[in-house]
Amino acid sequence: MKTIPVETTINGDSTEFLCHADESLLDVLRDRLGMTGAKEGCGTGDCGACSVMLNGRLVCSCLVLGVETQGAEVETIEGMAKGEELHPLQRVFLEEAALQCGVCTPGILVAAKALLEKNPDPTDTEVRYWLAGNLCRCTGYDKIIKAVQIAAAEMRSA
Amino acid sequence: MVRVKLWGSLRALADGEEWVEVEASNFKELLDQLAIKHPRLEPQIKRGVSLALDGVIYRDAWFTKIGPENEIILMPYMVGG
Amino acid sequence: MAFDAQAERKFKVVGTRVARPDGIDKVTGKAAYGADISAPGMLHGRILRSPHAHARISSIDVSAAEQLAGVKAVVTGADLAQPEDDFFADVAINCLARDKVLYDGHAVAAVAATSKAIAKQAIRLIKVDYEILPHVTDVDAAMKPDAPVIQEGRALETVPAGMSQNVTTHCQFGHGDIEAGFAKADKIIERSFKTAATHQGYIEPQACMASLGSDGRGEVWCCTQGQYMVRANCAAVLGVEESQLRITASEIGGGFGGKTSTFIEPVALALSRKSGKPVKIVMTRDEVLKATGPTISTSMDIKIGMTKDGRITAARGELRYSGGAYPNETVDMGAQAAFAAYDLEAVETVGWNAMTNRPKEIPYRAPGAPTAIYAVESVVDELSQELGLDPLDVRLMNAARKGTLSSYGPTFNEIGLVATLEAAKAHPHYVAPLGPNQGRGLSCGFWFNFGGNTCVSLNINDDGTVGVVEGNPDIGGSRASISMMAAEELGVPYDKVRTVIADTSSLGFNDITDGSRVTFAVGLATIEAARAAIKEMCRRVAKIWDIDEEAVLWEDGYAKPAGPNAGEHPPMSLAEIAAIAGNTGGPIAGHHEVNADGAGVSFGVHLCDTEVDPETGATKILRYTVFQDAGKAVHPDYVEGQMQGGAVQGIGWALNEEYIYGEDGRLQNAGFLDYRVPVASDLPDIETVILEIPNPGHPYGVRGVGETPIVPPLAAIANAVSRAAGVRMTELPMSPPRLLKAMTG
Repeated sequence: MKTIPVETTINGDSTEFLCHADESLLDVLRDRLGMTGAKEGCGTGDCGACSVMLNGRLVCSCLVLGVETQGAEVETIEGMAKGEELHPLQRVFLEEAALQCGVCTPGILVAAKALLEKNPDPTDTEVRYWLAGNLCRCTGYDKIIKAVQIAAAEMRSA
Repeated sequence: MVRVKLWGSLRALADGEEWVEVEASNFKELLDQLAIKHPRLEPQIKRGVSLALDGVIYRDAWFTKIGPENEIILMPYMVGG
Repeated sequence: MAFDAQAERKFKVVGTRVARPDGIDKVTGKAAYGADISAPGMLHGRILRSPHAHARISSIDVSAAEQLAGVKAVVTGADLAQPEDDFFADVAINCLARDKVLYDGHAVAAVAATSKAIAKQAIRLIKVDYEILPHVTDVDAAMKPDAPVIQEGRALETVPAGMSQNVTTHCQFGHGDIEAGFAKADKIIERSFKTAATHQGYIEPQACMASLGSDGRGEVWCCTQGQYMVRANCAAVLGVEESQLRITASEIGGGFGGKTSTFIEPVALALSRKSGKPVKIVMTRDEVLKATGPTISTSMDIKIGMTKDGRITAARGELRYSGGAYPNETVDMGAQAAFAAYDLEAVETVGWNAMTNRPKEIPYRAPGAPTAIYAVESVVDELSQELGLDPLDVRLMNAARKGTLSSYGPTFNEIGLVATLEAAKAHPHYVAPLGPNQGRGLSCGFWFNFGGNTCVSLNINDDGTVGVVEGNPDIGGSRASISMMAAEELGVPYDKVRTVIADTSSLGFNDITDGSRVTFAVGLATIEAARAAIKEMCRRVAKIWDIDEEAVLWEDGYAKPAGPNAGEHPPMSLAEIAAIAGNTGGPIAGHHEVNADGAGVSFGVHLCDTEVDPETGATKILRYTVFQDAGKAVHPDYVEGQMQGGAVQGIGWALNEEYIYGEDGRLQNAGFLDYRVPVASDLPDIETVILEIPNPGHPYGVRGVGETPIVPPLAAIANAVSRAAGVRMTELPMSPPRLLKAMTG
């Protein structure tokens, strides 16, 4: 099978890569572009560890084909901090111990950022349902929900 | 002489005794003497046993001192997760 | 090493909430987990697995796979060594089968190829001739005399003659006169329970990259709870010397016990040896569920007698566990833990293990205990209900305390059960009002906790910072806690200390990260290593001041004269001493090697309110509170995290998670869609109450905390659901169809 050339934008940078037609965006990010922030937890869109934004929409990158990003804008965890400056969500997650092993954290941060961009003042229930597609096995979610709310409050007052 | 308590399913291999008396001043000597006195205990001892000494569990420490005044309980070797 | 019973030691660092060293990497996606690295010339490995639950392998033809362009190596069981030792022999067979496949998903062969796609294609070209055999997946069925035999001759000497060859172990614990005890009871309840196997459910699948040369020297990068265990297993299974293998533990995306064994590393090494290139293997999610190590599945009978005022007079349990297709002794721990929370005059627990055509059980947080305690706590609750007694008062009346002869043998020292029960009783949750279809449940929980083989090396850097080298993968924040204990002991700020985890070549042997042992054992070794470094620093300063070593003491990060007789010397800071180390004798370090014992048991109590929907059988968790004795909470955030995480795993186990086998003996739900773990919207906040009853076996009083929290939820929820639904549930998980069936009769 021949590879297909793709031109896209990732975290604001224009990016070119070659991939097979059946390669997922997750495979492209991890294996072709060396961006291992998005994780494969299941490969079937059930765990959310591979969450990225595609044209402003939260998606599981394991369910998106690499070729689908032609001409699109992709945002991954690698683009969340600006140089040394962490996004408030990232900083608050650390302050509130909202991660233990951290493997689900990139997906949850991407998802939480997407939520707060849509709804800057969610209820706990809204946060929990929005994050229902992101599995975490270590924390029991409690500190994650609290961290999202604390970051949301900080972002609203900024 | 020290007294060591065997757990339920080991007793059948020690002529039904719950408490066994042996001459030993540390954990290793205790295990060696138990195997001599009751050879049918040897396979379990070889697989591994823990020692509860006055309520504290020791998993491997051969030279743990034991005396007649201690509560000495044999337990299976345990693992965690 | 004993508890420093200095009256009211004021900790400066321990007990605070500091930043973790791996934090930035983990929130930015930089941290390197098992699957996150690559090597030049790397090949991709893929494993062919049995589609049958039980079959003999008549032949394997790999020729077509070998000839496929891009395939550089193919291995089967014949490429692995056949260790003499039963333990390693089982590891080898489980990595790659030899004569028989024992469960759906059992590895049969593996390929290494230049791309993932070619590897996937190649395994389809391997022809395996199977002679299908009858299978058995249920533990009770496996114990019947006519059950298909999984492996022959594996029974221990404790198994009575005449039983099915599937029965591999028998154990018994307890004391007192059971029949006399039951005769004294006003009420006796006898119930049978069944629980399904569950999986640790770590989000990161097993992944490794391995390289092994024809000279027997190799390197492995893998996510694991124990790099030394990986080394030992790989050495045995490949027939190489341990010292020739260098195993590096990556960051780990969850373990919970499930990464305390090896499944793919030996296979990757074998492929690398054959191909001459590094080989990367990453398991898919369905491989993880089918072919790593789930829990035991169980069938249990519990009989308890109680007087009308709530005193338990006798208790008996029979536990039948299956640890999959290999001999397994998890039932020993279940049988010992079952009645551990109680002060009983007469108690007896009998345990059996039987092999079934299921994957090999690997520990999951307090292995064996959650299911046994679920059954016991359910019967205690039912008795309380029948006798019209407050279930907490019943626990308090029968609780084990200092001086209690435990159900598993030793007499308890200072333990925290009564304190946790009293904390639960005093908590507003216990008296909050309940509405229709709602019920409250509680359960005690218990775990032994372990110490184990530990090495720590602590180096005083020339700039006055401190490096701690330890050998236990960090699964819960332990690097921060270790740094905190080093900082506390040395009297320096936390951010001057950096703790790293060594590979197997850089530090002596360490037992796996399990048994809730790291904060306890590695902490203890770190404190000793720090004290050794302090001793050396004082010795250097004594030389500078030209006084005796004994005349120098260490306080708050400074060497000081011990008293007026030592003379007038301005204190010297650690940084100052470090700067001139070269002049005073050379680099300064402390190290400690120990097989730590004295880990304290820990008790917990969980309170749970549930609401059951009578139309759908769905359960909603309304409120959940975890009470646990941590001895000394080094980093309270991490202790809370363990309590919350363990509780939620238990919630999943109680309500939804199960291994579902079909008539064909194959796993039906090998993915996260149908193996349903709790998600954020299933849960309320999990409230935590930490108690601190110091463990006399640790200098700071630390008790292990990681495992206990998974023990109480099964019964706490079962009790809450049973009361809410008005029917006693005796099978886990209490998924909606089961609950509906029980409610509608």
